[in-house]
Amino acid sequence: MKTTLITTAVAICIAGAASAEIRIGASVSATGPAAFLGDPEAKTLEMLVEAANANGGINGEEIALVLYDDGGDPNKARTFATRLIEDDEVVAIIGGSTTGTSMSILSVAEDNEIPFISLAGAIEIIDPVKPFTFKTPHTDRMACQKIFEDMQKQGITQIGMISGTDGFGASMQAQCKEVVGEYGITVVADETYNPTDADMTTQLTKIRNTDGVQAVLNPGFGQGPSIVTRNYKQLAVDLPLYQSHGVASDGFIELAGADAAEGVRLPGTALLIAGLLADDDPQKPLVEAYKTAFEEKTGTSVGTFGGYANDAFLILTDAITRAGEADPTAIRDAIEATEGLAGTTGIYSMNAEDHLGLDLSAFRMLEIKGGEWTLIE
Amino acid sequence: MKLSPKTATLLVLVLLIALSPLLFPSGYYYRVGALIFVNAIAVTGIVILTGYAGQISLGHAGFAGIGAYACALAPVHLGLHPGLAMVLGAVISGLMAFLVGRPILRLKGYYLGVATLGFGILISMVLNNERQLTGGPDGMEVPDLGLRGLLKDAGLDLTNGQFWYWFCGIAVIIGAWLALNLFNSPSGRALRALHGSEVAARTVGVDVTRLKLQAFVISAVYASVSGSLLALQNKFITPDVAGFMHSIEMVTMAVLGGVGSVLGAIFGAAVLTLLPQVLTVFAEYEQMVLGLVMMLVMIFLPQGLLPSILRRFRRGDE
Amino acid sequence: MPELLQFLFSGVTVGAVYALVALGFTIIYNASDVVNFAQGEFVMLGGMITVAAYAAGVPLPLAAVIAIVATAAIGVAMNKLAIEPARGAPVVSLIIITIGASIFIRGGTQLLLGKQIHTFPAFSGDAPIRIMGATILPQSLWVIGGAVVVFIGLWLFFTRTLTGRAVLATSNNRLAAQLVGINTRFVMTLSFALSAGIGALAGVLVTPITLTSYDVGLALALKGFAAAMLGGMGNPKGALVGGLLLGLLESMTAGYLSSQYKDAAAFVVILLVLFFMPQGLFGRKSTERV
Repeated sequence: MKTTLITTAVAICIAGAASAEIRIGASVSATGPAAFLGDPEAKTLEMLVEAANANGGINGEEIALVLYDDGGDPNKARTFATRLIEDDEVVAIIGGSTTGTSMSILSVAEDNEIPFISLAGAIEIIDPVKPFTFKTPHTDRMACQKIFEDMQKQGITQIGMISGTDGFGASMQAQCKEVVGEYGITVVADETYNPTDADMTTQLTKIRNTDGVQAVLNPGFGQGPSIVTRNYKQLAVDLPLYQSHGVASDGFIELAGADAAEGVRLPGTALLIAGLLADDDPQKPLVEAYKTAFEEKTGTSVGTFGGYANDAFLILTDAITRAGEADPTAIRDAIEATEGLAGTTGIYSMNAEDHLGLDLSAFRMLEIKGGEWTLIE
Repeated sequence: MKLSPKTATLLVLVLLIALSPLLFPSGYYYRVGALIFVNAIAVTGIVILTGYAGQISLGHAGFAGIGAYACALAPVHLGLHPGLAMVLGAVISGLMAFLVGRPILRLKGYYLGVATLGFGILISMVLNNERQLTGGPDGMEVPDLGLRGLLKDAGLDLTNGQFWYWFCGIAVIIGAWLALNLFNSPSGRALRALHGSEVAARTVGVDVTRLKLQAFVISAVYASVSGSLLALQNKFITPDVAGFMHSIEMVTMAVLGGVGSVLGAIFGAAVLTLLPQVLTVFAEYEQMVLGLVMMLVMIFLPQGLLPSILRRFRRGDE
Repeated sequence: MPELLQFLFSGVTVGAVYALVALGFTIIYNASDVVNFAQGEFVMLGGMITVAAYAAGVPLPLAAVIAIVATAAIGVAMNKLAIEPARGAPVVSLIIITIGASIFIRGGTQLLLGKQIHTFPAFSGDAPIRIMGATILPQSLWVIGGAVVVFIGLWLFFTRTLTGRAVLATSNNRLAAQLVGINTRFVMTLSFALSAGIGALAGVLVTPITLTSYDVGLALALKGFAAAMLGGMGNPKGALVGGLLLGLLESMTAGYLSSQYKDAAAFVVILLVLFFMPQGLFGRKSTERV
């Protein structure tokens, strides 16, 4: 055991030969069940750090990124957070692709007073507000509200829900059921599927045969929503289908098939409709730059999740620049003072009571038509 | 001077646990040490079940889940102190193992494997689906054990990492001591006979059914305590603790280290806990290297790491 | 009525997927008593290699053949490099080797082919077939047909061919098999090639329905293993019936009870069956050697 410990120490010394540089830590789920979220996040961060250093770093100092893959396991995430703070001595942490990993990192970061920007959806991460914790994605609740607003406009009052049992789907399912009443809508059928299931026609048949269902909502990410969408078409269900922001990527249209995805609506970000944005839209230059760089580097289409990492890095570098020094507390204060910063997800304005800084306007209601995203509203 | 294997094992453990911190360059190493100990406790239970009694379980993480969620739920709903909640979790796990074990342990080999697997999956499914109670896949917070605060008042100020290192370290030593006592007791000897051959043991009048059940219950309690310690240490818990991968991890640690002895299994727990931390330098090759290490160890050291290394040493002495 | 029929179609589709995976387990198990936990990775490889070849411009049928042959070769390599050198190791050590191999294969695929989710076109289009108000996709028929064909092939192999009987003989008593002139090393190589090939075929057939990515293997292996145990490990009939039964159980539970606990219901039934039939539905009785 002793020799192994020494090997560890040596390995770490080699990995992080430290000098005068700004050390930023990240723990994301690049593999495991949440790799769908974490993989683009990891690639985005690596790409951005490389680009930032090529442009002279922040305030003339190089950025060193220490990136760990927690595999979506909260226990590992906590260990990596401890390692980032105690061993790698980073000044800030980005990460936590899932709510579970974010909650684990959060408590270590708060104990050690290191600023932490989470990439997960749950509202619990920033409500109640914790001094050192921030996040970039809209909450799941906001996604639900956006969808229900659109349903309300269509005069829909009774819906069926089919949700994934993974963290993303289950969390959004619960949040949606909490706010649905405010829009005069009732959930008359509520089904779930496992993220690895091969066929959801049983659940969809049940929903279709429930009296009064006017639309179907599918909170989930990964392959599940694609299969739901295909099964929806197979059963020829003649009701509007709403997906969540969990599938907001060109990959979804490809997997579900343009034919089956026709007419699907979902709340997405500016990222998906870069070409449709007005020329004076403050998000436009940023969104286009990120989309081009990411697609060039990885050969895969951009999605909401990589965008979250992009925004976290943006907020952090903006804060460090304004703080003028890479001191954790100074960075924290600067992040909290973020004002009108355009990201791919929306325009962030934080304050002491709001560590997310987005409102519903950051979401745009999209519809798939002829295999392309179109903007409704 | 000749030490009995039991004394020798305990002595090695105490020395390693007490002296390792002298080499720790930062607080992070206390955290890794504490994780090794949490796994070591679960794996000691696997030694009793698999090493002593020759039974396979692919669902022991289910018991770890019960222990973990007992510490999260009982303080909130029953007003129990988290320490007592750990005891409650162990009692529930033991009872559950007793009830399930009776029918399940009639099965052999892979059939026992799939039955325990099903049991573990049922537990993790309940933890995942009963969102009202458990917070679902997002997990829930666990109250503070409060012991660190008491120690601080008594004049012993430890960091969080240090506290859990020593607390879990002591738990490992107690766990190993109990397991070794069991090993040397009459029922322990009977259990060893069982691993050799169940039919033979039965013929010479050993109550095989009762002994297998005993081993199953005891190992469930170890897994439960391990889960509780993990929950209390992390102060946050998700259903992953009860997942299939965690069950597999327990068995792999034990077999890789040497399932026949407590020290071997704990060695396996240490190696497999450290490995992912060391392998981060391989970045995206991490998974491949991990798989490769597992295969190589089992091909060249089929009895497990520690027994094979010790044998080399002894051969070297002669 | 159309409702029940739709649940049946869904159950049979999913069940046939499980059955195909379960059938892959039987050969290696019969030859060596080892449950190969890397079987799910063979299924994944079948899908992923087809995707890669198809994306490179190879016509789909040829891409599928390439995937099956390549996966069979990987199976043989796994036997030669990891299983054969460990001959004589305890079964539990062999299981850890297969788990190690599955982690290795998954890691390699992730590295070479990426972490994206993929699919390729269904063989006979996506237009659903309507029967009395319920629908089924043509690809489901391909999967069901594939499961039946593999089952018949295996059944003939084990009962009608000398090689098949040699596999069974090797499993029963390796030494005796060697004494009567069976080349047990060849039998092992053959079983890995066949198992991997069947796994890859399963991957090719199911991918248009389930989609595929580097990490689909584990979940498939778990369900396939459960199905094989329910039916009785080592028996092709058990694998087929176990798989279909598991799929139907899940679908009926989701349809009439709760979709949240459909997998729970499946495992409860497995536990109950094993309590009364400890060898599964069609398992062979084994006598323990002392």
